[in-house]
Amino acid sequence: MLFGIEWNTANDWVFAWSILPILLRGLIVTIEATLLGFVVGAALGLVLAALKSVRFRLISWPARVFTEFLRDTPLLVQLFFLYYVLPEYGLVLPAFLTGALALGVQYSAYMSEVYRAGLESITRGQVEAARALDISPLRIFTVVILPQAIPRIIPALGNYLVSIMKDVPVLSVVSILELLNVARIIGDRSFNYMVPLTLVGVLYLILTLVASAGVRYLDEHLPKRGIPLH
Amino acid sequence: MNDTSNPSDPASPIIVMDQVVKRFGDALVLDHLDFQVAKGEKVTIIGPSGSGKSTVLRILMTLETIDSGLIHVAGKPLWHEYRDGRPVPASEAHLRAMRKEMGMVFQQFNLFPHMTVRRNITESPIHVLGLSKAEAEQRAHEYLELVGMTEHADKFPGQLSGGQQQRVAIARALAMRPNIMLFDEPTSALDPELVGEVLTVIRRLSEEHDLTMLLVTHEMEFARQISDRVCFFDKGVVVEQAPPEEMFAEPREERTREFLKTFIRTRQGA
Repeated sequence: MLFGIEWNTANDWVFAWSILPILLRGLIVTIEATLLGFVVGAALGLVLAALKSVRFRLISWPARVFTEFLRDTPLLVQLFFLYYVLPEYGLVLPAFLTGALALGVQYSAYMSEVYRAGLESITRGQVEAARALDISPLRIFTVVILPQAIPRIIPALGNYLVSIMKDVPVLSVVSILELLNVARIIGDRSFNYMVPLTLVGVLYLILTLVASAGVRYLDEHLPKRGIPLH
Repeated sequence: MNDTSNPSDPASPIIVMDQVVKRFGDALVLDHLDFQVAKGEKVTIIGPSGSGKSTVLRILMTLETIDSGLIHVAGKPLWHEYRDGRPVPASEAHLRAMRKEMGMVFQQFNLFPHMTVRRNITESPIHVLGLSKAEAEQRAHEYLELVGMTEHADKFPGQLSGGQQQRVAIARALAMRPNIMLFDEPTSALDPELVGEVLTVIRRLSEEHDLTMLLVTHEMEFARQISDRVCFFDKGVVVEQAPPEEMFAEPREERTREFLKTFIRTRQGA
């Protein structure tokens, strides 16, 4: 029994059917952690990209070092750090928030590079032409650069969404009841690991396929007429 | 309060560059350059690559800073402004005001690929000059007519040939109604068979408008036809300047002769 739901071990099919509602609870946590991690990563990534593009080295260098540090250390280490070290400084967050934050922070490093590459793919000539036309710096960014960069950025960010989803099981080590952790507990208690873990695989496959299809749909339907993408 | 620095050659200079120095790293691109352009004058700048000729246009368009010297455009300082009677580096607001005097056409066209031809042209008149959409589109139509591109108004730049794109870029710059037009090698990126249509447009412009035009080009025959004055740049200074007939027939300076000779030779060889 888990989450107040009993399972039936008559045979594997019946067992699978009876634990599905439990696993779906875990799946929801996985999706929530993915989305929250993605939002944190996308937002923090944009900040990092902006900081790294500042000419003033006192600002750009720390951002660069921070990015490099995030990329070169394991997610699990960062997670443990946030989970065990932050409370020592009086910052106690729920495990779920800590986990999603860890995911977001790690992926912000990758995403900042996506933004940077996307923005840098816009040629200098575009900015110069805009300045020659006296367009304001803000409008140069929002009307000239961003619309050209976004169709390049979105698909890459979408791929990271799928990657984040597949990294969520790492959060099980800090006792977050995401999909894999739920399956493991069911296995521990029913002495049948095969069925719950198989279901985890199937659910992940469905989730990934759906997310990938969503990203592809977005990619195909973004307004990018006229923008040479390759 | 500003002008001790105007030896006043041309009748009424609209551009005055005075002892302008520009460095890229160790390279001295403009070497205490003195250069003036009169209002309504059509001036062509020729010279070997790296002679600083494009840099002059880019500095005027405020795309490059200068290291020292003074520049006045339409009587106003370009790269500095006066505060309490003392020159200080120009603020972004001042630069934006000065840019209104000038329009620029680039070698690579630099149209905005995600906007239609019409939006490319109306963007600035609407959002910088404050025209209504209808007024701006009327104006766009007017200049597309001038460059012979009206039927392409709804296309994206990627659907146009290089020559067509450059004509749109010219219309886009004109739609801001600048007093000075800067052409930075406008035909250098074009296939040979597309050069003519762009030159035709520029020629028409030079004949029908009292714009001040500053043109960097390698099209010598074209320069001869449209210019009031041709300037030969080398190593960051004006080596020689003269009306085109004189310049191409009997250049005074050895360096100019060398340049024109090798130039004609490579062109014929090509």
